[in-house]
Amino acid sequence: MEIERDSLRARQLRARDLLRGDLEGRDLEKYVEESLLTTTLENALNWGRANALFPLTFGLACCGIEMMSMVTSRYDIARFGAEAFRASPRQADMIILSGRVSIKMAPVVRRVYDQMLEPKWVIAMGACSSSGGMFANYAVVQGADKFMPVDIHIPGCPPRPEALLHGFNKLQKLVRGQPDLGWRQRYNAVGTEEWARFEEGSPTAEAIERAARAVAPKHSETGPADA
Amino acid sequence: MADDSRRDEPEVTERGVSRVHEDPSAPVADAFAEVAEEQLEAPGLEPEQEILTLNMGPHHPATHGVLRLVVTLQGERVIDLKPIVGYVHTGIEKSCEDKSYWKVIPFVERMDYLAYFFNIEAFCGCVERLLELEIPPRAQYLRVIHMELNRIHSHLVGLGTTALDLGAISMFWYCFRERDQILDMFEMSGGQRMHTRYFQVGGVFEDIPVGFEQKLRQFCAVMPSRLDQYEALLDRNEIFLRRTKDVGVVSRERLLELGVTGPLLRAAGEPWDLRKSPGYLSYGDFDFKIPVGTVGDGYDRYRVRIAEMRESVRIIQQAIDGLPEGPWIADDRKYVLPPRDELSTSMEALIHHFKLVTEGFRVPPGELYYSVEGPRGELGCFVLADGSSKPARVHFRDAAFVNLQAFRDMCVGGLIADLIQNLGMLDPNLGGIDR
Amino acid sequence: MPDAPGLELIAQGIDDGRTGTIIETSVEHGAATLIIDPEGVLHALRWLRDTEGQGYRFLSSLHAADYLPHTPRFAVHYELLCRERVERIHVKALLEDPAAGNRSNGVAQTPGTPGSEAEDAPGDAGLPSIDSCVSLFPTAEFQEREAYDFFGIVFRGHPDLRRILMPEDYVGWPLRRDFPIGGEPVLFTHNEIETPRWFE
Repeated sequence: MEIERDSLRARQLRARDLLRGDLEGRDLEKYVEESLLTTTLENALNWGRANALFPLTFGLACCGIEMMSMVTSRYDIARFGAEAFRASPRQADMIILSGRVSIKMAPVVRRVYDQMLEPKWVIAMGACSSSGGMFANYAVVQGADKFMPVDIHIPGCPPRPEALLHGFNKLQKLVRGQPDLGWRQRYNAVGTEEWARFEEGSPTAEAIERAARAVAPKHSETGPADA
Repeated sequence: MADDSRRDEPEVTERGVSRVHEDPSAPVADAFAEVAEEQLEAPGLEPEQEILTLNMGPHHPATHGVLRLVVTLQGERVIDLKPIVGYVHTGIEKSCEDKSYWKVIPFVERMDYLAYFFNIEAFCGCVERLLELEIPPRAQYLRVIHMELNRIHSHLVGLGTTALDLGAISMFWYCFRERDQILDMFEMSGGQRMHTRYFQVGGVFEDIPVGFEQKLRQFCAVMPSRLDQYEALLDRNEIFLRRTKDVGVVSRERLLELGVTGPLLRAAGEPWDLRKSPGYLSYGDFDFKIPVGTVGDGYDRYRVRIAEMRESVRIIQQAIDGLPEGPWIADDRKYVLPPRDELSTSMEALIHHFKLVTEGFRVPPGELYYSVEGPRGELGCFVLADGSSKPARVHFRDAAFVNLQAFRDMCVGGLIADLIQNLGMLDPNLGGIDR
Repeated sequence: MPDAPGLELIAQGIDDGRTGTIIETSVEHGAATLIIDPEGVLHALRWLRDTEGQGYRFLSSLHAADYLPHTPRFAVHYELLCRERVERIHVKALLEDPAAGNRSNGVAQTPGTPGSEAEDAPGDAGLPSIDSCVSLFPTAEFQEREAYDFFGIVFRGHPDLRRILMPEDYVGWPLRRDFPIGGEPVLFTHNEIETPRWFE
């Protein structure tokens, strides 16, 4: 939905007309569509949220130590407003999953995530919470996004505090509504997980179907067993 | 002090607001104990009705990791305590059975994630003994330097987080400031701040770069004065003393029965340190003392850790002063990668390199237990080799895992606030406990 | 470490108290090892701890290992230390696997092994067992629980034998050699298409 960016003055005049009952027909509809005040308010709210995120103290393993050092004076997350780490999930906006999520801990993490209030964001810090890291074994969940939605993944083992801050800045952009699309924007490309967004019947979808059928006879209908 | 007309209002002294009490000269602790006694013996209340089972869950700001404690309380007094661990169990020991010896090193590093060099030393030392491989003296000194720096690092983080739990938040910032300096040095030698994989079987991976020595000397010059600052903050701080004095005392015999080692044992008066007896690497060349406490309470543990940091600085100073020249890794090409410049001239070197990188070296069948003195106590590694290029069993006797058994003895009979303090002074590292 | 003659004397002393305890002695890589029969483990440890002149009163480590395909399959290792003389001695108790005889389809029928018919079988059927030494060395409490958790070795007389590092309801003994390492295959572009809609 494209919104015309008229000048502020024009919008203010229209708002005044609306309040007087003078707007009608197309103007009224357009005005309601734009919802001038709401957009600006939303932007302001998002700006406020982005610059005052309250992270949850959730250090699991080695990445937790680097997260703690991000809070300290050399790397200083306080300049971005997020130094107020809250211990209670009810009071926190953001959870930084720093460390490996073991199978015993996964339900606990999910529960803590559920206890957080909307809006909430998740940073998966380090290789272990993004994808299981170097531990491809029975005891580590291979990536936290197996059981909870993750907004930002930060690679590294452990990521430097600067890397974590960079990821945090990207999260701030996401919160403000201008997500940094990264390589997708730079190369005008799509990832494999976005293939499914192509509608049924489109050539790309058909190509995917054909490829899947070509490989399918070696595997059962349900695919490899879930974890 | 206050005149009679203001007897009922809280007194404001220069230390802050104190409790209202009948007798201004009586210490506050006694008044509290009296109130507690009255509550417990109040008529109409059965003792059983007072018992509460509290779960200090895996997610808790004060648990230094994901430790779950199921605490049985009577009022505020702890009657029983059950630690439940395993929330960060990573199956490292199982993963190691699938990797060649060289590749086991990064896995094993991530067990006790504050004492990473100690983990590698325990493993590499064990494999070196199984191989009967000698480490050149320069490598021994470099290992000692990195390990002592890591000991200081671990104590700093432990102290910082403990002080944070007790409310002395400034200690946290100061400790981490020093920690960043240490990590800068690790980054110079190993390329990464934590988990540098710097030690290899046979020595160290690469010689220290130019500038490392200078930075290290600067650090050694500055660190004692920083330790003085920490002592100035906490040593005679009324709140810290009240929180830690005579709290969490376990007798020396009981600690030895429970297998506790490290600063906890030394604070209770037992001068047991694996660096002195039996000694390993080149610790015998250095002159350092083992700080030993008397009572074994939280305050002694804190003092022992600060003193250990001072001794570590002395060791590093002596090591860097006496650093011998020579190779930094053993010469035996069967186990150690040849230097890269030889790869283009010598066919043998190329073959060795190929074998080592693809398959890894083979260790003749045997099993051995080797232990080092980590920052939490005896860190031991058991390697079972079956003649192939992968270990058949790697087991770590982690100090914190065994020390955790003493936690119940430390806390029972005390208050919850003492439990928090005891947990800090126990300095557990859940990565090591859970492996 | 006690040297070879000293070790022989120790072995003799233990065997005098209860014949047949010592199976073998060895000194390798500077470590003295006593290989003993599991039924005599309490006797041997008590002898080492209490005899005058021995005094190995500190148990550094208690751990287990799986020697598949050798028999006896399991061994429980006790690493003892005498702090006064700074001497270590290593005691190894060899345990047979009671479920070794029943293998069908090539998979051991131990309760909990994936792929076996007894996969979800509860409890201690067919598990190796040994006496617990918590009465002699209280430090063994957590370490024996860990050996039980990882290998299924039951310690008779342990006050509270249950899983310590794995979730309480976990089925299987992870560190046995025939237990798979787990994890998932890494998805690359070439094998990604095999799991359509993997991203959900």
